[in-house]
Amino acid sequence: MGTIRIHNPGLLTTVQDLGRFGYQQFGMPVAGAMDTYSLKLANYLVGNHRGEACLEASIMGPEIEFLADALIAVCGAEAPLLLNDLEIEMNTSLQIQKGDVLRFGMIKKGCRLYISFAGGIDIPILMGSKSTYLRANIGGFHGRALKLGDELSIGDAPRKFVQRSLKPMDLLPIKTHQHIRFIAGSEISRFSFEGIKTFLNSDYTISPKSDRMGYRLSGAKIEHKDGADIISSGISNGAIQVPADGEPIIMLADHQTVGGYTKIANVITVDLPLLGQMKAGDTIHFSEIRLNEAQALLKAESQQLNDLCNQ
Amino acid sequence: MIQYFPSGDSAFLVKFGDEISIDIHQQIRSYVIALTALKLEGIIELIPSYTDVLVQYDPLIIPFSQLLEQLKKAAENCPEVQSPEARTIRIPVLYGDRFGEDIEDVKLHTGLSEDEIVQLHTQSKYLVYMLGFTPGFCYLGGMNEQLATPRKKVPSDRIKAGSVGIAAGQTGIYPIESPGGWQIIGRTPLKLFDPNRTPVFLLQAGDYLEFYSISNEEFDQLNGNN
Repeated sequence: MGTIRIHNPGLLTTVQDLGRFGYQQFGMPVAGAMDTYSLKLANYLVGNHRGEACLEASIMGPEIEFLADALIAVCGAEAPLLLNDLEIEMNTSLQIQKGDVLRFGMIKKGCRLYISFAGGIDIPILMGSKSTYLRANIGGFHGRALKLGDELSIGDAPRKFVQRSLKPMDLLPIKTHQHIRFIAGSEISRFSFEGIKTFLNSDYTISPKSDRMGYRLSGAKIEHKDGADIISSGISNGAIQVPADGEPIIMLADHQTVGGYTKIANVITVDLPLLGQMKAGDTIHFSEIRLNEAQALLKAESQQLNDLCNQ
Repeated sequence: MIQYFPSGDSAFLVKFGDEISIDIHQQIRSYVIALTALKLEGIIELIPSYTDVLVQYDPLIIPFSQLLEQLKKAAENCPEVQSPEARTIRIPVLYGDRFGEDIEDVKLHTGLSEDEIVQLHTQSKYLVYMLGFTPGFCYLGGMNEQLATPRKKVPSDRIKAGSVGIAAGQTGIYPIESPGGWQIIGRTPLKLFDPNRTPVFLLQAGDYLEFYSISNEEFDQLNGNN
């Protein structure tokens, strides 16, 4: 087992994996990585299983001292990566030596960095997952974001080093204006024709009041037919609720399990990582696709990841 | 009539009605049992609520057309389902005293004395319709209307875990510390949600719940045992 010491925690760095399943019926949110695609890529690069826990760093990368040799990778947002003040590459497996210090320059593109460690992060599995659910202070590293001075146990560097790298076409297409695809929501009939038209024809801006629970969007108001409230009902990741004020909210990783507002749409699963790399000020244009098309896209993505691993 | 709506590409909403009722609740209970009994590969989890069940699944294992077929089959199997007898969970509460910070407001609004409030609150058998909002938070039905008190005008920043409260026609327990607007009338020493315990959650949808009044000393005793 190796250890890392946090010299600078960044803005919001938490341990996340693919989420905590099996307890949503008890009100327990799934949490997990906002960009699961980049997390999976980072794990592939160090030979971990796809869903191993990584560090998710939002807006600003952490400064980490390695107290033992390690094998790591960084995927997701684009930022200068410095090892002992020498610039190195993202999206490739990196051999780290005891005493090395890793830090990041300002994020140039995207929002969240994923740092994987060969052998994973050695923290307790809580209710089946290593993901941090911040609101209830549970899971991950003591249920909270990392702080200055924290020390975490990580896996050992493997004895045989296998170099893996990603090509540009393997990476998530990060943009500040994205086309996000959706399936029509279960309460679409609660919206007026004008309202639906507005939703399809407008560009929405991610407001600063956005976080891991959801993104509040500002833009043209969406009109309801007869009110925005429903009897509390289950919510999927990517569900777009529209309260009475007409401004949509996209439910994301830390969303509450049930909600009381009409849902106009559900973002398709393959597009959720795109949202995970967006920040306040970025814009979104929505378009509808069919259920079978969305599922075909999921299949294609899974195949792509399998092909990568089998190279 | 049961309706089926895709809820994105990895979930289906199975809807039983448009109102909160014991009848719909029992249909949902039977349905969850019938669907679980099919032991379908690819179903990740079920989230029951007042009027529907959200079925989350992995479309790489079971595509939507196949799933929909099975969801309908489960509906057909419902009449044969024997719902197990519902559990009744008894929740000890120290009413008023050091933890019932809003009980004076409830007295003012309802015109009831503290003893009457406690009596009415402990007399009912509450149904746990569903959980949500925060881990372990139960949506309860069956509170006596006389106790109804509007939410606080200014929500509290910090309501302690175990707090028992009233908001309009509802009553409930805060399982974890959180901000909130409920009128707090007491506290339970029980942990509704404990990630390090088996079971993690004390209550689930379909349970019945009864409150009973305890003394200061009993509270400290039970609290020590957590």
